[in-house]
Amino acid sequence: MNIFKLSWKYLIFKPLNTTLNILLLALGLSVITVLFLMQNQFESKMTRGAEGVDLVVGAKGSPLQLVLSSVYHIDFPTGNIPLKDARGLTRNRLVKSAIPMGMGDNYQGFRIVGTNHDYLELYNAGLSEGEYWTKPFEVVLGAEVAKKLNLSLGSEFAGSHGIATASHDHDEHDYVVVGILKESGNVLDNLVLTSLESVWFSHAEEHDHVAMGAPVVTSGLPETDEEGVEITTLLIQYRNPMAAVQLPRFINSRTSMQAASPAFELNRLFELLGVGVTLVQGLAIAIIIIAGLSIFIALYNSMKERKYDLAVMRTLGASRGQLFFHIVLEGVILTFISACVGVLLGHFFVQILVSLNEQGAIAGISAWTFIEEELYIWAYAIGVGIVASLIPAWNAYRTDIATQLTK
Amino acid sequence: MLHTKNIRFHYDTKNAFIIPDVNLARGENLLVLGHSGSGKTTFLNILGGLLEPHGGDLRLGNTELYKLKGAELDKFRGKNIGMIFQKPHILAPLTVKENLQLANYLSGAKPYDMDEILSDLNILDKKNSKISQLSEGEAQRVSIARALVNHPKLILADEPTASLDDANAERVIQLLKKQAEKLNSILIVVTHDQRVKNHFTNQMTVGKQ
Repeated sequence: MNIFKLSWKYLIFKPLNTTLNILLLALGLSVITVLFLMQNQFESKMTRGAEGVDLVVGAKGSPLQLVLSSVYHIDFPTGNIPLKDARGLTRNRLVKSAIPMGMGDNYQGFRIVGTNHDYLELYNAGLSEGEYWTKPFEVVLGAEVAKKLNLSLGSEFAGSHGIATASHDHDEHDYVVVGILKESGNVLDNLVLTSLESVWFSHAEEHDHVAMGAPVVTSGLPETDEEGVEITTLLIQYRNPMAAVQLPRFINSRTSMQAASPAFELNRLFELLGVGVTLVQGLAIAIIIIAGLSIFIALYNSMKERKYDLAVMRTLGASRGQLFFHIVLEGVILTFISACVGVLLGHFFVQILVSLNEQGAIAGISAWTFIEEELYIWAYAIGVGIVASLIPAWNAYRTDIATQLTK
Repeated sequence: MLHTKNIRFHYDTKNAFIIPDVNLARGENLLVLGHSGSGKTTFLNILGGLLEPHGGDLRLGNTELYKLKGAELDKFRGKNIGMIFQKPHILAPLTVKENLQLANYLSGAKPYDMDEILSDLNILDKKNSKISQLSEGEAQRVSIARALVNHPKLILADEPTASLDDANAERVIQLLKKQAEKLNSILIVVTHDQRVKNHFTNQMTVGKQ
């Protein structure tokens, strides 16, 4: 027998009360856990995704949408830009490199992106098997795509029009899988990558079978002068810091295209999300405070019933300090368990969120990585336990044995 | 073993209690009689180290009880004084065994054989029972076992029979006397219960001035 066991016995003596308090506090703490996990992983994932991309150029529209669609592949593209204009821009002296992308098709909900090999280099992607595409209609799959759709080298499939599933198929020509990427933890995992030419050919009215057999351009933009040929976006790297000032202004005012900076748009996005995060955080803190209050009330009320018990403990040799410790420990054990339950619950919530949103913004967030900030959850919880039990513990400390026993 | 001298106590100055000196050797017992409000329980609380008197000396063995302060007094009380109340006041969240273990733990006394005490009190089979499963008589015997588990030098019983029927009251008094004798402890019983009177030869009465 010791004080810890004594406190524990008193807790389980009222199982309903104890469970309710644990659940209430755990709920508040789980929301905090979810926020920690999301913020930690979402922000780093987003920031990592935009590394190496200084500027996104696409059709006019919402700059945030442009960044989300072409860097993270979560929103719809704003439209297309003429290849001619894009080529003109790549010759600008402020542009170090430009990666073209053509979007608009999907296979089973996974986006088909027409680009060149520079895009793979941008993310330092490596192949787990096969090779990169060299001809039209050859595709390289992200690791997640291959796994989910059970595709392997040599598999053939037809893309569908549109960014999401369930629209008409391009059944004239099938794609062939020639390579599968290693798992990278970034957007590539969920993409079907191919050449720009493949995307164009699958949308062309007439099929030029000679061109369809020719090798595709693996770096830079394809040299075609055909009118009406379009791409969706260009991912641009600046040549020098000067470009950050001049280039966006030039593109936005002098061309029919739009330039958006991922860093800037991300900040804007985080700011927008920040309002929501603050709201949810406030809610979580309110729940935690109510839970603390509920623990306080439960302990405080139980002191009235337990005054006699406490007096008896004193006659058995317990010191005032021991009784004080006994009550505080009761609060702390309760909140410590709440923290354990809350953190587990939080990870579980993230797991559910991620599994409901497999191709969305939070895909690739791992629900079961534990981060350092979670230690704060235990610290908060134990803090709540101590604060909630201080007054009841003080009452226990002050209990006058003689008066109590004579009552 | 137990010596008190000139102990004075009052809740208000006009009504001071008359507390006779007590000198008891090991193994002796004493019945303290008095009407309700006569200060019997106050006297017992003073003897038990729960209530500091306004004057006088109280020595148990070689220890001046009220020279001890704070936790020291608590530990000394836990080890050397066993208290039994009118109601059992056993801690309900704990089992019978755990109640006894707690008494042992809180006082820091060395653990004695609790099975022997439990079997002497005829409640060994209740060792792992919950408190809610005990009858009133059994509960009172558990509280006696808890008071005796540290082999105290002094056993104080405050109206131990008041809420028991004749048979149980008789039994509890016999048990208390027998156990006190076995442990060679001083037994002081405070009561206004006439059924108890005949069991004690050494009696005293307290009252007010």
